[in-house]
Amino acid sequence: MLSFALKRLLTTIPVLWIAITACFFILRLAPGGPFDGERPLPEAVKRNLEAHYNLDKSLIEQYFIYLGNLLQGDLGPSFINQDFSVSEQLLIGLPYTLIVGGLAFALSIIVGVLAGIAGSLYRNRLPDVALGAFILAGLVIPNFLVAPILQLVFGLQLKWLPVGGWGEGAVTHLVLPVTVLALPHVARISRLTRGAMIEVMHSNYIRTARSKGLSDMRLLMRHAIKPALTPVVSYLGPAASYLLTGSLVVETIFGLPGIGRYFINAALNRDYGMVLGTVVFYMLLIIVLNLIVDIVYAWLDPRVRH
Amino acid sequence: MLIQSRRSLSEGRKGFVSRVLLVLSVTLGSTLAALTAQAAVLNIHNGADPSSLDPHKITGDWENRIVGDMFEGLVTEDSSAEPMPGQATSWTLSEDALVYTFTLREGIHWSDGTPVTANDFVFAFQRLMNPATGADYAYLQYPIKNAEAINAGDIADVSQLGVVAIDDNTLEITLESPTAYFIGALTHYTAYPLPQHTLEEHGDDWVKVDNIVTNGPYRPIEWVPGSHVSTEKNPEYYDMESLTIDGAKFFVLEDESAALKRYRAGEFHIMTEFPTDQFEWMQENLPGQAQVAPFAGLYYYVMNNSEPPFDNADVRKALSMSVNREVIGPQILGTGEIPAYSWVPPGMANYGDPYEVDWKDMPYGDKVAMAKELLEGAGYTSDNPLELQLRYNTNENHKRIAVAIAAMWKPLGIDVELYNTETKVHYDELSRGVLDVARAGWLADYNDADNFLNLLKSTVQYNYGRYNNTGFDALIDEANTLTDIEARAALLKQAEKLAMDESAAIPIYYYLSRNVVSPKVSGFENNAFDVHRTRWLSLSE
Repeated sequence: MLSFALKRLLTTIPVLWIAITACFFILRLAPGGPFDGERPLPEAVKRNLEAHYNLDKSLIEQYFIYLGNLLQGDLGPSFINQDFSVSEQLLIGLPYTLIVGGLAFALSIIVGVLAGIAGSLYRNRLPDVALGAFILAGLVIPNFLVAPILQLVFGLQLKWLPVGGWGEGAVTHLVLPVTVLALPHVARISRLTRGAMIEVMHSNYIRTARSKGLSDMRLLMRHAIKPALTPVVSYLGPAASYLLTGSLVVETIFGLPGIGRYFINAALNRDYGMVLGTVVFYMLLIIVLNLIVDIVYAWLDPRVRH
Repeated sequence: MLIQSRRSLSEGRKGFVSRVLLVLSVTLGSTLAALTAQAAVLNIHNGADPSSLDPHKITGDWENRIVGDMFEGLVTEDSSAEPMPGQATSWTLSEDALVYTFTLREGIHWSDGTPVTANDFVFAFQRLMNPATGADYAYLQYPIKNAEAINAGDIADVSQLGVVAIDDNTLEITLESPTAYFIGALTHYTAYPLPQHTLEEHGDDWVKVDNIVTNGPYRPIEWVPGSHVSTEKNPEYYDMESLTIDGAKFFVLEDESAALKRYRAGEFHIMTEFPTDQFEWMQENLPGQAQVAPFAGLYYYVMNNSEPPFDNADVRKALSMSVNREVIGPQILGTGEIPAYSWVPPGMANYGDPYEVDWKDMPYGDKVAMAKELLEGAGYTSDNPLELQLRYNTNENHKRIAVAIAAMWKPLGIDVELYNTETKVHYDELSRGVLDVARAGWLADYNDADNFLNLLKSTVQYNYGRYNNTGFDALIDEANTLTDIEARAALLKQAEKLAMDESAAIPIYYYLSRNVVSPKVSGFENNAFDVHRTRWLSLSE
């Protein structure tokens, strides 16, 4: 298992390098630079700034400077937020993204799996139909619509919850963003679970177990859940990366200081350092998450191990 | 305790695990915090993330709000943003209007207790102009002797700058030429003093929350990028006794609709921008809270004067005349922006009423008819329509205006192609002269007509329409050598008339400032610069 994991990690190095290189050059192809804006800078000042950030050097030189720094673990300066380096900003924002994303991840799994099992047990009856409707809603209503609706209802009408902000991390402040972030994943996971459960419950070994007189609950807990979860687990890797990268909308609407916002803001601002930093960071994150999923998958399904 | 742990969050040095634990512990501790008594903290929806707390590294009004609460120049803003004595109590001007001598206030200190001296100002101005600093806004202080040459790298010795400390309490500033607006320009953040001792001790890290010392009414205690900057009273500030607000929290939130919801829920006291399409709703439901007021800024279109057909003044005039400005503010934007028929917005200091185009009061139908004649005279008819590309940077309001103006030009037989790009691309192409007609805007840096007229000078790089009239340039240059305010205003106005009669560009409307202010806040005075220092505000429960 260890050599499998190491091998997987090693193969990601060229992938990472290609991605960084492509990203570095594509970013520079886009017209406009970090110092173009509504009020143009005098030439002299612009030259000073460009010299300060090595932008006056040739693109190739800049590329090697960047790679050199990266190899030493330095993601370089941010062109826009000058008081914090790229690494500092990512490290400051990450806990917030992890807490909101992590809670949403847990919520998606717990609610999604329970709802999926309920749906499969009450197949085609009221709970299942209600679940179907919910899944459809969760999948098709985008979070930039769900979020303001929840803000209006729970924040402004009922006044139960704050409308936004981190609020020093109070639980009440987390309820809405976590819910909004989790909804589509709850929907997907419950659909996957329901489908897999129905299939498993109709398989031969379950029928055999049932004919031996096992109770429904025992059947479910001991024999059905584990195999039914494999498709869910294979979805968790992408889900985790969606939850961490896809938090842009939620972070923007609720005003949370996570790192999802950096993706778009940095690109629009031509903050070259920050864009590359987030790309490197997310690639590493996704690689690690996928690795974890592969390992869990192998544990759940012995056939994968061989 | 809570503040301590939150502070370390923004340090960026602690290990990652401890960060996660910190955030979690703060999460748990928050309920306790809510129970303890709260100081009078002003919660401001401030828009984007500040790019720095260093006065030499910032450019935006959202940064000015924070940094301007923390530092104070020789001259500062009063509650209506007019200049008033700040760190200097008085000043004199030499007879040739070239040398200012400032006397510093007695007993002024940095927030760590170190005295503020004239040397801190010399140090700050030299750093501002030093090319190595790369200060975006250095050019605002170019009236100072040798400033431009030092900033451009032509003079390497920064001590040649016309800012000299006579003694600890006396500062002398020498100008290149008489500058009527110089005292106003000294309220700008480029003119703040910097704590030399802190910069020498910490280098570039002086600006970190744990190191920074300030000389203004407030000092920062916490900065979480993407969330907020918090300040508290500066105990060393000379006027600390009269501050009624204990501190401010400047929130980062770019989504204005979400911000409005948070304002309605009582989470913000002030919003510094609001979604214009909600203005009517706010007027009905939050009466008196949404405030719009004239703002020293101009929304305009430039035409490429250097290329046909826009090198023809008749074509430019036809385009300008046929823009029905009266409907843009009230109907298209909905907030009632004032139609612009002059280049300089009304109300600029030492200028009087700006020059307005002579066709301003013609009925709109007549304007269209005349515009048609002008176009026909230039050879453009329905058989040979004028085709142009109208560029704007991506934004809902810019789009609405562009669509409306394209519709206004249609009856003249003009084929308009709308073309939008994101802001960076837009301005990059404008400064390279890639345009037919394009949207631009300007907010005054200092209270003087020269700041707007400069936009049309042929030597200025951000003269996007490449308007080129040596007579215009000469008038401005000559005006800026005069010490007599009225004579200077007369020359500037002559220049404005020249440019407007030639339709150098199309002024469309004067900006309005848009704030939403809770009834709990008092002391908020609307002004042409939209500057409202926390120092002058107070908060009631």
